[in-house]
Amino acid sequence: MKAYTVAFAGNPNTGKSTLFNLLTGMRQHTGNWAGKTVITAEGTFTHNGREYRAVDLPGTYSLYSNSADEEAARDYIIFEKPDVTLVVLDATSLERNLNLALQVLEITGRAVICINLIDEARRLGIDINLKAISERLGVPVIAISARNRTGIKELLDQVERVADGTFAVEPLRIQYSEEIERGIAELLPLVEQAVGGDYPARWIALRLLDGDESLLASLRKASLGIRVSFPKEVSGHGATACH
Amino acid sequence: MAATGIPLSEAAKGSFLQISGMSVQGVMRRRLLDLGFVPGNTVEVVRRSPLGDPTAFRISNTTIALRREESSLIYGEPIGGETE
Repeated sequence: MKAYTVAFAGNPNTGKSTLFNLLTGMRQHTGNWAGKTVITAEGTFTHNGREYRAVDLPGTYSLYSNSADEEAARDYIIFEKPDVTLVVLDATSLERNLNLALQVLEITGRAVICINLIDEARRLGIDINLKAISERLGVPVIAISARNRTGIKELLDQVERVADGTFAVEPLRIQYSEEIERGIAELLPLVEQAVGGDYPARWIALRLLDGDESLLASLRKASLGIRVSFPKEVSGHGATACH
Repeated sequence: MAATGIPLSEAAKGSFLQISGMSVQGVMRRRLLDLGFVPGNTVEVVRRSPLGDPTAFRISNTTIALRREESSLIYGEPIGGETE
């Protein structure tokens, strides 16, 4: 049985690495220092007798890259195509965090939204309507506390359902202004012709409209068969991975 | 692209501003929006580095440092009438 790959995406300081460490049993430094070399940690965990490969992406606010970490996270999701992208959000700061969730959903619908720090949010009197968010986004939304280890089983159940296709995801598709939609419609056939069905054509068309040079560079590399995504370092116990 | 208000780079330390507009374009604009510099949002000028650049801003519950290069292109209306 092939192990499913789960990529962990999220804003800095959302407890992403805490969850990653909890699941994989790895010890990892969780600081976010600008300027650090972009490396990612990888580990494995099992759930319901199935093995999963977990990849901890650098914490990012955005996938509209401007920095090495954001490019790395974006390129991993596009070029490595994980079976599930787990988007870890901070329950106490959803407005900011959901922005990244929307960006991931534009690239891949194979996503699970994990709202972490739910205990902290409850303490602050924040009430989150998980069902409403799930309905709007079209993917599973689970609240957890990685620190107190609550909600982890439910989360992994949903990861499994998205990975094996039991949960039919219908990711929210953002409708842009008429002018932008017209641009997308014009570009789509050309993009599909150029990159084939391998990549999210609508998303690439949007980036072309943005004039996102770094994505073009990555695509060019990918089309030449050069590995785009960053080199992985498997960190064992006691190893540190800062991003 | 003249927005109303003063550039964030000119705002006094400790002051709060409501963002009124931005004259940055392209990928950088998108990134600033992603960081929370959205019109209508409130930003606090937290502190300036010893040489005056960059400046730390508190926005959407997170502290973000911007260089004058960017912060001079983001405009806001002072809240509470505090100007220096």
